Amino acid sequence: MASDSDSDGDFVTFGTPLEPLEEDEPLRKPVPLYEQTVKDEKGRYQRFHGAFTGGFSAGYFNTVGTKEGWTPATFVSSRQQKAGRQNARPEDFMDEEDLGDHGIAPRQITTTADFASGRKDVIRDKARAITSLSAPIPGDTVLEDLVAPARSSMGVELLRKMGWKDGQGVGPRVKRRLCKQRADSATRAFGSASPPNGSSESQDEEDGEFVPENVTFAPKDVTPIDFTPKVDLHGLGYRGLNPLAALRGGPGAGHINLFTMDSDRTNSLFGEDRKGQRRRGGVAGQGFGVGAMEDDDEDIYHRDIMSNYDTVLGGEEPGNGLYGWTAPQQYNRKKKDHSKDAAYLGKILEGFTLASDKLETKTIFPPPNLPRDFRPVHYFRPVVDLSSVSPMVAQALQTSRGHMAQEEPSKGGRHQLDSAQRRELLGEATLQGPSSVFDLLKVEDRERLSSLRRPSSDTSSGPRQPTPGEARAAVVAAGVAAAAARASAQKALSSRFAPHAEQQQQEALSVWSGPTAQAQTGQTFKPFERTPHKQARYDLYIDQLKQGDRDALELSLDPTMTEWERGRERDEFVRAALLYKPSSSSLSCRFTRGKQDDGVEADTVEVTRDQENDVDDKQAAVKMKMFGKLTRDTFEWHPDNLLCKRFNIPDPYPGSGFVGMPKVKRDKFSVFNFLTVSESPTASASPAPQGVKPSEPGKRSRWDVSGQAGDKERKEKDPVSEFLSVARIEASGSGPEASTTDGPTTDPTVEPDTEQKEEEEEEESRPSMDLFKAIFASSSDEKSSSSSEGESEEEEEKEEGVRSKAGTGPQISNQLNVNTTQPAPPVSTTPSQHPDILFKTPSGPAAAPPPRDQEMEEEEFGPRLPPPSSTLTERRPSPTPSAKDDKHKKKCKEKHKAKKHGKHKKDKKQKKKHKRHKHKGKQKKTKKEESSDSSSEGSDGNGQEDGEEGGGVSTEELLRRLKSIRGKNLQ
Amino acid sequence: MSFPQPKPEVPQLPQNLLRTIDCQQGAVRAVRFNADGNYLLSCGSDKSLKLWSVSRGTLLKTYSGHGYEVLDADGSYDNSQLCSCSSDKTVILWDVATGQVTRKLRGHAGKVNCVQFNEEATVILSGSIDGTVRCWDTRSRKFDPIQILDEAQDGVSSLKVSEHELLTGSVDGRVRRYDLRMGQLHVDFINSPITCVCFSADGQCTLTSSLDSTVRLLDKSTGEMLGEYTGHKMKGYKLDCCLSSKDTHVLSCSEDGHVYCWDLVEGSLMLKLPVGKAVVQSLSFHPSETRLLTAMEGRVQVWGAEPEETEEEVVVVQQEKA
Repeated sequence: MASDSDSDGDFVTFGTPLEPLEEDEPLRKPVPLYEQTVKDEKGRYQRFHGAFTGGFSAGYFNTVGTKEGWTPATFVSSRQQKAGRQNARPEDFMDEEDLGDHGIAPRQITTTADFASGRKDVIRDKARAITSLSAPIPGDTVLEDLVAPARSSMGVELLRKMGWKDGQGVGPRVKRRLCKQRADSATRAFGSASPPNGSSESQDEEDGEFVPENVTFAPKDVTPIDFTPKVDLHGLGYRGLNPLAALRGGPGAGHINLFTMDSDRTNSLFGEDRKGQRRRGGVAGQGFGVGAMEDDDEDIYHRDIMSNYDTVLGGEEPGNGLYGWTAPQQYNRKKKDHSKDAAYLGKILEGFTLASDKLETKTIFPPPNLPRDFRPVHYFRPVVDLSSVSPMVAQALQTSRGHMAQEEPSKGGRHQLDSAQRRELLGEATLQGPSSVFDLLKVEDRERLSSLRRPSSDTSSGPRQPTPGEARAAVVAAGVAAAAARASAQKALSSRFAPHAEQQQQEALSVWSGPTAQAQTGQTFKPFERTPHKQARYDLYIDQLKQGDRDALELSLDPTMTEWERGRERDEFVRAALLYKPSSSSLSCRFTRGKQDDGVEADTVEVTRDQENDVDDKQAAVKMKMFGKLTRDTFEWHPDNLLCKRFNIPDPYPGSGFVGMPKVKRDKFSVFNFLTVSESPTASASPAPQGVKPSEPGKRSRWDVSGQAGDKERKEKDPVSEFLSVARIEASGSGPEASTTDGPTTDPTVEPDTEQKEEEEEEESRPSMDLFKAIFASSSDEKSSSSSEGESEEEEEKEEGVRSKAGTGPQISNQLNVNTTQPAPPVSTTPSQHPDILFKTPSGPAAAPPPRDQEMEEEEFGPRLPPPSSTLTERRPSPTPSAKDDKHKKKCKEKHKAKKHGKHKKDKKQKKKHKRHKHKGKQKKTKKEESSDSSSEGSDGNGQEDGEEGGGVSTEELLRRLKSIRGKNLQ
Repeated sequence: MSFPQPKPEVPQLPQNLLRTIDCQQGAVRAVRFNADGNYLLSCGSDKSLKLWSVSRGTLLKTYSGHGYEVLDADGSYDNSQLCSCSSDKTVILWDVATGQVTRKLRGHAGKVNCVQFNEEATVILSGSIDGTVRCWDTRSRKFDPIQILDEAQDGVSSLKVSEHELLTGSVDGRVRRYDLRMGQLHVDFINSPITCVCFSADGQCTLTSSLDSTVRLLDKSTGEMLGEYTGHKMKGYKLDCCLSSKDTHVLSCSEDGHVYCWDLVEGSLMLKLPVGKAVVQSLSFHPSETRLLTAMEGRVQVWGAEPEETEEEVVVVQQEKA
């Protein structure tokens, strides 16, 4: 501010000077900052900025508004003053300070536009126009021209008054010749700024024109140098497209050369169009096509050739013309070569030409001299082990870590570090579990291994079997080899040579005879499931391996087979044994277990937090057609965030960490108990719809796992459940027509029977696993055997976790053969036996009922698909049995899944039935389903059968079939 | 309007056979209208999916790429994409024009029964026999489903998508409605394997057909049963049901070779459309007009309210006039 300035000159003062202090007055308190105000001459608060720069004169203590804050302006309708209203200018919003000397818009005396020089400076405009051609947007001065003020400046007015016209130079008028000379001199004076060919142009004009002697011309206008700095990134001399030239077209326009300074664009800019040039209306030029007004075809599609462009800076080399390596010049050169060829005529073979330049003779480096003791064998790792090193060292090595690298750290580079050393270097935490596979083995195993390895490594130099799979198997079997890399390298090396499978056999032996392998019985993978005989032999082999039998392989093979077959099988078995070797428990701790497995070991299961209401209640409700609250469950369900996004819906649970139904971990057994409390004994007897209880399959596994838990789970029915059960019985008994699925066939008498039996059987202990297997395995072959009462069948079904409706029971459930004592024939029926079953016609009463297990297959899950054609088209062969096998495997898996899901749903009641069922099973009660079918009413019977098989029964039946198939496989 | 509104038309039923298309692709497992009803998709048991013009009955395109019979298909709202599912456990997203497989989605553990686009074709939902519904993203290049709905305890046989809801019918006898907006899952217990579920056009009701040969109309919000339609036979096969375009009638396939058509309110059987001798496997109602597609064995039939004049007939008439 001026008041702050030190200068002595006249300065502006603000505010009023302080009054001189009187002596007797007490010292005033210093005024606090917020009360320090400055007022201007009119008594208003003075602030130090204009309204536009942050100050507000109407402020309250240098703030805005009033003591109360802002006071809203009262609304005044501007309706009446619309006409008088003007456009607001910035000045309207400025206050005096802004307009004052120190404001942003000081009012000062300046020359008005009338007198301002430089308005409508045509020459300068032209200069700018020229440079604007090089601007990114060519001709962008057009806008400025458009908005130029209508009035010209006073200087121009004066000049006009003196006879000057736009476009002329200033000065005395000259004769033509003189004019030209002047132009030349001007050109020289200004250097290169003015167009160089302007003079020649004028010369041309002059030649073609008659110039009278007594006519003088105004001097040529002079273009001042434009000092606009170059700020763009175009090349020097580049100028953008001149829209005038492009639009005007003209025959001579041709291709617009963007680089030539002396194109006629400049001339057109200066208004010096060639006289001879005919001006055309309309748009013409490259890419515009020929308009209706044009009389001749022009070269619309300009073909640009590279020769229009300079490819080098500077001129061409004067010498041989071989500068650069552009094509034409090479052709020239070739021509020269041809002359050379001519000199060699007769010596060159036809079709050949002389090389342009000589081939460089390659310098040949002689191979290095080999040392005398060099042996051409490459070891990928130092194969020092065991064979070369003394046995003591080898033993020490293997017992400690099984690595050589530790012993010789000085030797080892980066590649010889083992994982532990690398880990140390990297500062990583150690993995849990044993660091080496050798740690997993017992001491005697290790010793045996090392003893095994010694002969094998001895023989490694000898011929080996060259199968690549062997090498792979060896890698897989890295449990044996201490360092997998070493082993594989060794093996790869050795496998070049002749056959040797013994090592693998011994590996397999060592793997399988370990204690860990023996601990895990029954969990081995079955690689030859499809051919049971082979699988049996393989099992035998594995068994003998487990017993440590050295010639297990030979013993297990079938002596009746040919030598070749046996050889193949031998290889397969060894490979399979290595591949599917048992993982020891400590090794498996390195892997995370699947969330839900069959749950032999796991104590807890993840179950959904919200449990469905009692199914039996719902069934009763459905029977009474009381849909609504009784049959509806509502759960919390969390959709995935992305799914919500895709559906254009806000996430209902933003920030929830999971998707799906909320889950809680519960102890398996406790869940089970918890869920079975409200079950009633009649639940099983009540006609459950087919497929409604997919959870049941889990039951069986439940039994397998925790048979002992069954007893404690028995509880007394609470009164409520009893009541419900009574209601259910009533519903099923009184209204057999109510539910179409089970109505007519429901046998009310069955239920009391079953109840009684339940009680009887409660005391029985759970049968062994083998019993189940026998049951399931035997189901397939016995399906056509004798008939039994419906109850037993029902129970069988239930036992298998496949609960079917009571109504369907007599008809359908009897496929299961409950003969527990009789072992099932191993491969009794295969799905391929009746290929046409899949396409059983729904309405063909004459069609013989297909064998049971095939029906099972076709009805895998849920409702079937109708046949491709019932009567019209011929039956098609069913998918190949192998495909079916696959399906069955799938099913097995799925069944497992279902078990998991359904586990918590199992109820005590059903368990009881299981037991009862088993009991019954021993009584060999089976019934032919077909017989019951035939007993059902005529033509409709088939349809009904279809329905029951395909829809209602489907899941249960399927599961049952699965089990039977699995049982077969197990055998 | 100056003149009184015309009386509401008596709802017409698609009782006239307009056209029979022999699809030449084995059994037609499903037949579906596209979004506007001008085209139809037929899913064949010979692994092919075919696109037909409804009005002319001409084959427009065959989409082959499935490894087993095609079980269901759906077209996107803009007709630019198709999705289909198959017994080969895959779901395929097709480009309509080129017939190329845009994406092949694997992950189901069993055959895939039903497939649907959502409204904007940004998600494909597929229900499989493995009891899961998988939500596949068509926008990203990810091949994993966005979410797997594994609440069903048995195979998912049918599935429909509305603006913010997902309706699934499962063989475990339950109809599940996933309300994405509310974040809730409503489970209605039907007690019989569900073969088909539908939303009504007004979105207030759901229609379920089950293997107890009953079609039920349930109130969507409460689960109460509004209507029950019986008479047809649906006991073993997965057959379709649907509502007419104006929600006036309930239609269902039947195993006795007829399509049954009930009045929605009365529940009375209005029409028993004889389609053929075999099982009517699939049907689809035109989204706006009174037009019905039925699939039986290898044929697709188009049914309309009035017998359609074929062009030849028109020509003949004109000639007679001349």
